[in-house]
Amino acid sequence: MLREAVLRDEKDFSACSIFGMMSPSGKRVNGEPIIRAMANMRERSNGLGGGFAAYGIYPQCPDLYCFHVMFDDHVARKQTEEHLRRDFEVCDSGPIPTRPCDGVENPPLLWRYFLLPRSTDDCDIGEEDRVVRVVMEINVKVDGAFVFSSGKDMGVFKGVGFPEDIGRFFRLEEYEAYLWTGHGRFPTNTQGWWGGAHPFNILDWSVVHNGEISSYGINRRFLEMYGYSCTLHTDTEVVAYAVDLLLRRQGLGVEEMAAVFAPPLWSEIDRMEEGKRKLHAALRQVYGSLLLNGPFSVIISNRRQMIGLTDRIRLRPLVVGSGRDFDYISSEEAPMRLLDDTVSETWIPWGGEAVVFELKEEAVPELTVPIEVFRSEVPLAARGTGRAEG
Amino acid sequence: MSVGKGISVIRRGKLPRFVEDSTGYEVVLRAEGLHWRELNRLVKREAARGAARIKLEGVCGHRYIGTGVREPVELVVRGVPGNDLGAFMNGPRVVVYGNAQDGVGNTMNGGEIIIHGRAGDILAMGMRGGRILVREGVGYRAAIHMKEYGNCRPVLVIGGGVQDFLGEYMAGGLVVVLRLHGRKGEFERARHVGTGMHGGLILVRGEVGEQQLGREAACVPADEGDLEILGPLVEEYTRHFGGDPDQIMSGVFTRIYPRSHRPFGGLYAY
Repeated sequence: MLREAVLRDEKDFSACSIFGMMSPSGKRVNGEPIIRAMANMRERSNGLGGGFAAYGIYPQCPDLYCFHVMFDDHVARKQTEEHLRRDFEVCDSGPIPTRPCDGVENPPLLWRYFLLPRSTDDCDIGEEDRVVRVVMEINVKVDGAFVFSSGKDMGVFKGVGFPEDIGRFFRLEEYEAYLWTGHGRFPTNTQGWWGGAHPFNILDWSVVHNGEISSYGINRRFLEMYGYSCTLHTDTEVVAYAVDLLLRRQGLGVEEMAAVFAPPLWSEIDRMEEGKRKLHAALRQVYGSLLLNGPFSVIISNRRQMIGLTDRIRLRPLVVGSGRDFDYISSEEAPMRLLDDTVSETWIPWGGEAVVFELKEEAVPELTVPIEVFRSEVPLAARGTGRAEG
Repeated sequence: MSVGKGISVIRRGKLPRFVEDSTGYEVVLRAEGLHWRELNRLVKREAARGAARIKLEGVCGHRYIGTGVREPVELVVRGVPGNDLGAFMNGPRVVVYGNAQDGVGNTMNGGEIIIHGRAGDILAMGMRGGRILVREGVGYRAAIHMKEYGNCRPVLVIGGGVQDFLGEYMAGGLVVVLRLHGRKGEFERARHVGTGMHGGLILVRGEVGEQQLGREAACVPADEGDLEILGPLVEEYTRHFGGDPDQIMSGVFTRIYPRSHRPFGGLYAY
């Protein structure tokens, strides 16, 4: 289902924009600020992709998986729903609320599903691994269906258009999140289409990326060995799956992950003290196929963290800043200043060195409302995010 | 007077130019809500009309400020100017009260940029003339492929530290790194300094480790001649940003220079 977009004539050549904002204390804001931030960097994208990830937007049901899915047609939708019902109890489903918006044309069918995994006798595989498997199955097997968001209490909203238009199309002012990331796309190597916009997501992980991953082929083959199938025709997809593999499944820390994606040069490793040298040498040997070659800056996020990282020689921009309530990671400094007068210090991270912002331990309560209570209420999908339309 | 959406041009009486014998006036431009194209069109129009000083208020990511301007006008920027500030600029003085983003002074030909904050990556890329002074530190690849010819010798003074690839493929000009601001040990982390360097000179306050240099660069303690070059620049730096020039000059300095003027001469010849 490659719905290709038309390249507008007036486009100058540029770069992607990435932006992330997170409140360590769990304070939520709606999508307005990040839409303004992305609009401020409009120069960097060309209308062929825009998107957002938002964390903390479904507080009514933080323990249900929420799938956002794009379909070519209702045949694909029905096939997908059959797949979903095999592994999940579908607690609620419906179209993702959107509004007509200039600059956003020809959208696919956009649906979301709130899902409770069925209990299973299969002890070999954990719940999250089962979710990953279902996502892969649908993306590979169902013609014209792509799951583009599969986390809990979070969601990805993306499509073809400038990010600010995509944000209005998805009515992001109606959602409140403590962590937002955004992306304006300037596609270089693959076509602009709805599934190819950023962020890329699996479970709670989402990734926005500026740059190009020349090692896509080898990264993809490595990930296939672990059951990840790349179906979205954009290099960044490998980063999302690699993060899931390293941080969730194999239990690496963020620093080690950075050392896999953007390892120090061998000349630097040779100068390290012995323990560190052995660690870095081992990481390069074991995970050489996950080295991300080529220029990149990325913002990786999950429900508790926002991580900024560039390639080891920093061939793409990334600026970091802290305000009173929010921390920021951005392609440019201007948008953080635009949003937040309290941003005092900003700095440029070193290439290959991860910048990590974390939610305070007590910041987000786990399940707040029992699922049974919640299910008896008005269908979620019918009421946007649970608040009345203003 | 009002000249359109979101624009207010305030003309004030005759004020002295920074070129003292002229008779220009001062203009205030409000950048909020303006695309950089509109803002820069106004800047160029006012500069061509003979403004001595153009104040740009509320700048937030507007690109190419001062680009291609040839008149000796002073541009005072409040806010965060966007990428490529002063690109291809030839004559104006730009004063920024805030941080600058990437690409400041890209292929700049003449004039002056003074930044009361820090600058981002690829500062002074391909710079051909004029001078840039930055109060604090700068990002990656400062002075990449800076060059000089005849009387055109660009000068870049950095008050803080630098990150990797300072002076990459540098072909000419002068860079001074004072290391007065920033976190302790920050400069020591910088690597690949002078990679591909084949001209020009970098003077750094303090010592420089061999492992910090690219293959094509070498370093020695600065000599009397270097200190003579440094003196007036340090004085100029403190005039803009404060500090005691004697105290700054009292430390050791290191000179980084190219090992060869044609490091890649044999690369394609066999």
